Amino acid sequence: MKFIYQTWWKVLAVLLVLSTLITGLILPVPRLPILHETIRNLYFHVPMWMGMLSVFTISVYFSIKYLKTGKEEYDLAAVECVNTGLAFFTLGLLTGMLWAKYAWGEFWSGDPKQNSAAIAFLLYCAYLVLRNSIDEEQKRAKISAIYNIFAFPVMIVLIFVLPRLTDSLHPGSGGNPAFGRYDLDNGMKVAFYPAMLGWSFIAIWIATLRYRIRLIENKRNNIN
Amino acid sequence: MKLFDQTWELFKKEVVLEWRSKYAFNGVLLYVVSTVFICYISFTLTPGFEKSDGYKVVWNVLFWIIILFASVNAIAKSFLQESKSRLLYYYSIASPQAIILSKTIYNILLMSLLSILALIVYLLFFTNTIGDPLFYFLVVILGSLSFSTVFTMISAIASKAGNNGTLMAILSFPVIIPVILILIRLSKHAMDGLDRSSSYGDIGALCAINVIVMATALLLFPFLWRD
Repeated sequence: MKFIYQTWWKVLAVLLVLSTLITGLILPVPRLPILHETIRNLYFHVPMWMGMLSVFTISVYFSIKYLKTGKEEYDLAAVECVNTGLAFFTLGLLTGMLWAKYAWGEFWSGDPKQNSAAIAFLLYCAYLVLRNSIDEEQKRAKISAIYNIFAFPVMIVLIFVLPRLTDSLHPGSGGNPAFGRYDLDNGMKVAFYPAMLGWSFIAIWIATLRYRIRLIENKRNNIN
Repeated sequence: MKLFDQTWELFKKEVVLEWRSKYAFNGVLLYVVSTVFICYISFTLTPGFEKSDGYKVVWNVLFWIIILFASVNAIAKSFLQESKSRLLYYYSIASPQAIILSKTIYNILLMSLLSILALIVYLLFFTNTIGDPLFYFLVVILGSLSFSTVFTMISAIASKAGNNGTLMAILSFPVIIPVILILIRLSKHAMDGLDRSSSYGDIGALCAINVIVMATALLLFPFLWRD
C-alpha cells in the first residue's frame, strides 16, 4: 500500500490530463461524416470508462483480499473504489449522452449499449443498497465483498460483451468497427493513450484520497 | 467423488422434503395459474385484442414476466425455509459447494416443471400459434435453468442480509434483465419459426452468463455461509 502515498504518479496523472487538454483540442482530427469535430469527445468519453474499469478492478482485488484476510481496511478500500467508480460511470454516461445527442440525434435513444450501461449502473447501486441494509460491520464487509466479486463479471458481460452481439449504433458493436480499427490515426493516438492513462490515474487518486479519509474517520470513531 | 455423493444426497433430501409438503410447488403453481387467469380476464375486457398486431409480442413478453415473478417467489424460499440450526448441521456434514450445487439443481428441476406447466396453462387460456414448438419448449427449459442459477446465488446473499424480499429484487434484477432480454428475443424467434441457426449466438451468450454465474457462485459460496 506504499504506492498510494507516493507522489510521482499523481504528478504524472495531472501532466497527462493537462497535455490531452491541449493536444486533444488543438491537434488535427480526421474529417468523418456525421462525427466531424465531436470525435474529440473520444479523448474524454472513453477514458471515463477506462477510469471506472480500473477502480472497479482494484475494488474486486481488495474484496478478494478482504475475504482472504478479514482486515477492515481492505473493505474500506473496496467500497471507496466502487464509490469513485460510480462517479466515473456517471461521467461516462453523461459524456456518452452528450455525444449521442450530436451523433445519433437523441440524448437517450434506447441503444443496447446505453441500456446495458444503465443496467450495470443499477447493479452497482444495488451494491451500495446491500451495504446499507446490513448493520453489523464484519457481516456487511463480507457479504458486500461477495456481491462485489459477483457483480464485476456481470458488469463486464453487460457493458462489453452483450452490446457487441446485437445491433447497436455504438462503435465496436453489431458489426460496427471500433474506433481503433481505422479511424484512430496516429495523430489521435498522441492524445488518446495519454488520456486513458491519465484519467485512470486520476480515478485511482480520488479513490485513495477517499480511502485515506475513511481510515482517519475510522480511527477517530474507534474506542480505545 | 465425495462432492458428487454429497450433492446427490442433499438433492434427494430437497426433493423428499418438497414431496412431503408440496408447499413450494403447489404455492407457485397456484400463483402462476391465478396470474394467468387475471391476465386472461383483463384482456377479455378489450374485445378484438387477439386479432390486433401487438398480440403476439404481448403474448411472449407476458409469459416471461409471469415466469420471472414466479421464479423469484419459488427460489427466494430456497434459503429462507432453512432454520439456522439446520443450516449449521448441513455445513458440518457437507461441503459448501455441495450445498449450493444441490440447491441449484433442485431449483432447476422445480422451475423446469413449473414453467412447463405454466406454458400449458398459458396456452390453454391464450391461444397462439407457435412456429417452432420444440424450440420454444427448449427456450423455456433454458430460461428456467438460467433463472435458477442466478436466483439461487442471489437468494443465498439476500438470506444472509436479513431475508427481505426487496433486497432480493434489487440484487437480482440487474443480473436478470439481460437474461430475460435474450430469452424474449430467443422465444420470439421460435414463435415466428425463424431458422434455428439465427439464434445460436443468443444461446451461446445465455450459456456464457450461466457458466459465469455458476462459477462465481461455487467460488464465493464457501465464504458466504460462514458466520
